[in-house]
Amino acid sequence: MKAYRAIVSARFRMMLQYRAAAAAGLGTQLFWGFIRIMIFTAFYRFAKAPQPMTLEQVVSYVWLGQAMFAMLPWSVEPDLRVMIRSGNVAYELLRPVDLYWLWFSRSVARRSAPTLLRAVPMFIIAGLFFGLRAPQSVGVAAAWLAAMAGAFVLSCAISTILSISLLWTVSGEGVMVLMSGAAWLLSGMIIPLPLFPDWAQGILAFLPFRGVADAPYRVYMGNIPLNEVWVVLAHQLAWIAAFVVVGRALVGRGLRRLAVQGG
Amino acid sequence: MLDDVRLYFKYISVSVRSQMQYRASFVMQSVGQLLITGIDFLGIWALFDRFGGLEGWTLTEVALLYGMVSVAFTFADAMSAGFDLFSATVRNGDFDRMLVRPRSTVLQVIGQELTMRRVGRLAQGTAVLVWAAWAIEAPWSAPKALLLAAAIAGGTSIFVGLFILQGTMCFWTTESLEIMNTLTYGGRESISYPLSIFRPWFRRFFIFVVPLAAVNYFPALAILEHEDPLGTPVVVQWSSPLVGFAFLLVALQVWKIGVRHYRSTGS
Repeated sequence: MKAYRAIVSARFRMMLQYRAAAAAGLGTQLFWGFIRIMIFTAFYRFAKAPQPMTLEQVVSYVWLGQAMFAMLPWSVEPDLRVMIRSGNVAYELLRPVDLYWLWFSRSVARRSAPTLLRAVPMFIIAGLFFGLRAPQSVGVAAAWLAAMAGAFVLSCAISTILSISLLWTVSGEGVMVLMSGAAWLLSGMIIPLPLFPDWAQGILAFLPFRGVADAPYRVYMGNIPLNEVWVVLAHQLAWIAAFVVVGRALVGRGLRRLAVQGG
Repeated sequence: MLDDVRLYFKYISVSVRSQMQYRASFVMQSVGQLLITGIDFLGIWALFDRFGGLEGWTLTEVALLYGMVSVAFTFADAMSAGFDLFSATVRNGDFDRMLVRPRSTVLQVIGQELTMRRVGRLAQGTAVLVWAAWAIEAPWSAPKALLLAAAIAGGTSIFVGLFILQGTMCFWTTESLEIMNTLTYGGRESISYPLSIFRPWFRRFFIFVVPLAAVNYFPALAILEHEDPLGTPVVVQWSSPLVGFAFLLVALQVWKIGVRHYRSTGS
């Protein structure tokens, strides 16, 4: 356990070095948030039927997405890609720790620091000036934090599986493009999931992606009531368990056939 | 001039041949781009499915806006890889070599690469555009087809201009700035929707500062024979694509100023 903690904390501190990038990213994210919100506002202005979410909720949803954006499983570890292509992955195999949890820790570290750096200023700016509402009660806030923790672990588990897939595909280009697209659309980053057609809601609720963004955001704004939060958490936990089990099995099989590329 | 064109095609054929060495990777990346941009349009479709319309605009009309900007952006993006990655050229001193060759620097930078895998995105944009052109109610005519072509050419010019400006900034900053992505990608995203839905400050930005509206929204109004809540005269709608070419000329002038300002990093 100590070894994994050391890996996380060392990489966390490394990621904290990129403060200028975080500042530039914040500006970009604000601009994107504005564009999305203006588009949704226009759609709502002429909406005839009542919608599954109010416009205020959609605005909060967009800002939460912009704040938590760095957490989503939309890429494989760039370091690992380089390692597998260059053959340095052999060093990873030499370390006296379990490879799955080693890569999982890398994923945790890569997500935590940038998420903090982007989320905190985004919450302050969007909360003060641009209509991000605070949670209605302390209970809702606590439920949201729990769902957010679940989302974080789920996101890391998905991205670890993507990293493991590199053992087969090496370049990872194709997997990455497809996964980032799927994660983007199905987690609610393009449009909030409740606004998708009604017939799609069942599939969306089943798939793992809503657990990384849509579900915790809707807990935050009370769109998912407190007495249904356990469904969100159970959904996240079930998928986390599935991804970990499959991931560990894949690591075993992948290592048996891994040919290290040169020296 | 003719000589420059011939040289450009020579550059490009080298670039294309080198990319075709990795055929499997090319196919996979193209298909990937096709799917991922398809997802993009799925979002617009879902919103129309849910809300039924957007301030008097139908899905097919918005699809025309989307297709126009998507095709223009893709052309520009494929051509401008040299400018997009210009910070590397400055950092490792390759630009010094370009300066000593007896050809224009713009030609050399733009000749570095024609990104073939964009063909996937081009296919998606073209498909949406063709579908929209077929499905809109307003009748087509030869002048309208010409206007559409001019608007796409003008749009390509603006995006190329933006990439050139992004490269030009490297003369001062060495690093490429993320902020320019806001204009290129953010511009493409927002201009796929009718300009009239945005707030006034935002509209003015895309009319007067980065005139993307002039190569998309205004000509589209003329093609669709759509009433403009902003009240632009028909003359403006038909002539606005020219603004795109003007923007490119300005960007080229700024580039020249940048080149004069250039100081090698010494590496």
